[in-house]
Amino acid sequence: MRDARILAWVLADPTRAAQLRPHQWTAMLTIAQAERLLGTLAHRLAGLEMPETAARVLDRARRAAETDRRQALWEAEMARQALVSLGLPVILLKGTAFLAVGMDAGRGRLVGDLDILVPRDRMDDAEAALLLAGWEWVKQDAYDDAYYRDHMHELPPLIHKARDRMIDVHHTILPLTARAQPDAAALIADAVDLGNGLSVLYPEDMVIHAVLHLFADGDLSGGLRNLWDIDRMLREFAERDGFWDRLLARSRHHKVTRYVSRALRLTHHIFETPVDGYLAWQGRRGDLFYTGRLLARNGWGQETAKLLRFAFYIRSHWIRMPPFMLGRHLFTKWRKGHQSIR
Amino acid sequence: MMRAFTVQVGPLGFRVGSAWSGPVRALERLYADYPKPADDIPDFTVRLEPVSTLRRWVRPSVAIRGDFMLPDAVPTSLAHGLLAAEMAMNLQVAMGERRFLLLHASSVERDGKVLLMTGESGSGKSTLSALLGEKGWRFMGDEFALIEPETGLAFPFPRPVSLKNEAVAEMLRHVAEDRLGPEMVGTPKGDIRHLKPPAEAIRRMGESGTPALLLFPRFGLVRDVRPVPPSEVFVRLTQASTNYTMLGERGFEALTNLVQGIPARAIDYPDTATALALVDQLWAEHA
Repeated sequence: MRDARILAWVLADPTRAAQLRPHQWTAMLTIAQAERLLGTLAHRLAGLEMPETAARVLDRARRAAETDRRQALWEAEMARQALVSLGLPVILLKGTAFLAVGMDAGRGRLVGDLDILVPRDRMDDAEAALLLAGWEWVKQDAYDDAYYRDHMHELPPLIHKARDRMIDVHHTILPLTARAQPDAAALIADAVDLGNGLSVLYPEDMVIHAVLHLFADGDLSGGLRNLWDIDRMLREFAERDGFWDRLLARSRHHKVTRYVSRALRLTHHIFETPVDGYLAWQGRRGDLFYTGRLLARNGWGQETAKLLRFAFYIRSHWIRMPPFMLGRHLFTKWRKGHQSIR
Repeated sequence: MMRAFTVQVGPLGFRVGSAWSGPVRALERLYADYPKPADDIPDFTVRLEPVSTLRRWVRPSVAIRGDFMLPDAVPTSLAHGLLAAEMAMNLQVAMGERRFLLLHASSVERDGKVLLMTGESGSGKSTLSALLGEKGWRFMGDEFALIEPETGLAFPFPRPVSLKNEAVAEMLRHVAEDRLGPEMVGTPKGDIRHLKPPAEAIRRMGESGTPALLLFPRFGLVRDVRPVPPSEVFVRLTQASTNYTMLGERGFEALTNLVQGIPARAIDYPDTATALALVDQLWAEHA
């Protein structure tokens, strides 16, 4: 099996699993595990006929995702309790938001850290409240700490000392040094209250956040899972009248239309997502590289396309910082690496 | 480029891929009597890869990868590739298993009842289970006991026993030399040879048993037997389980049921003859 296409092919239409031979099952399950999509696959294939061993592997993944779901929601509740005295809306982002709303994107999904969004001028208060409630700094040096505070869109990561779970407190959804700068005030102003002291982003903003997380903030590691999130949201939200028009308007407002457009083309290509033709053909081409990178994994679960991966790694730095700053940052990191070896 | 090996051990199937042929040939010899995974689909995939392209040929160094990985796992030399494969398979089970409650314990069975032995490395639990396996008990495993939460039954995981240092010579007094795998000298765990389980242990590796007695052996001390209160047994078993917290409430219920259901004793012993006599005595009294 040359790439992860077999997984995408079955995720898009689970009935295709009936055609798989044993070695294809093995490849698909291994790739899904490596891409953190095994729990998702388990939910997609639930109730279908399959070899007993495959069912056992998927049952294991389903149990893992269920444990993860419970822990993620509990962590959100703990954050709410810690921050309640500040009178802030605790806006959940990414996986925890999908689970809290009960969205399709959350089904079987693993959630790592808790990500929340708070207004930038309340970051100090949020930090103090979390420290008081038992979170503490993950050990890091002064450069990293200063870098986070000056240039990033979030506090340096905090970990809870008893529960060993991380929280990322964001004030916007991209680094301050990135080329694209979405309107953070609008994200917060339009957040949807879930009625239990927790909020999530407005649906179109949720899609835009997932898109920016995938294309504008990183080297596409775990990208297939992020693209799957986008597929699920597009399919779920598209059932509401006027969704595509609102998504277009919102993308223009945040000045990120070309990223959204690319996401639509790629998820249509890889997961067969029905997408709006007008919005999908804004911006530049070059999709083949992205497709190649997103599917770069073989049936043993190994990363493939090393050169392409490296190119996207370089790109991840390029798009996150202006050139001079990038040079200075890499020099500092290189010197530190050098020192730690000595 | 990956050389592949597959095997079924108890309820779990494995696929091992290796960038070198040596580890795969060693696995094929050691696991010659084991069946292949049902449906030809393994539960877990393990990969033995060079830490870098160069280290495939020059002073080959084996990185342990797979479905589940430890970020700080130490690479081994290719000469210890078999050990790397075994460690990698254990790691998949320890980190990935969710149906069974895993106990880091050895186990043997008689008349459908299971003796569980747990303790720290060097306690002798592996060697004792291997010896009992040669003396009328059915060997079920020296590494993990698999407890099914819904039934409380213990399932076998009869991997080849990894014998360390003096245990090799001790075992050679009871079994023929051809039951032992190649000697690996100077591994991080000492000098190691693997012992192939008796044919019956492999033939019956699908058969579960009811836990009947739990022992906490300690080697190298004057003969002693002490009862262990359930509260202490519970805490020690949470530490001996690799997936207790991952199972959540199911794990808690499985463990409390086990602790309340069987007697537990701590035994100290100066030599294996004393240990075997103690096991016989305690089994007769409690099981």
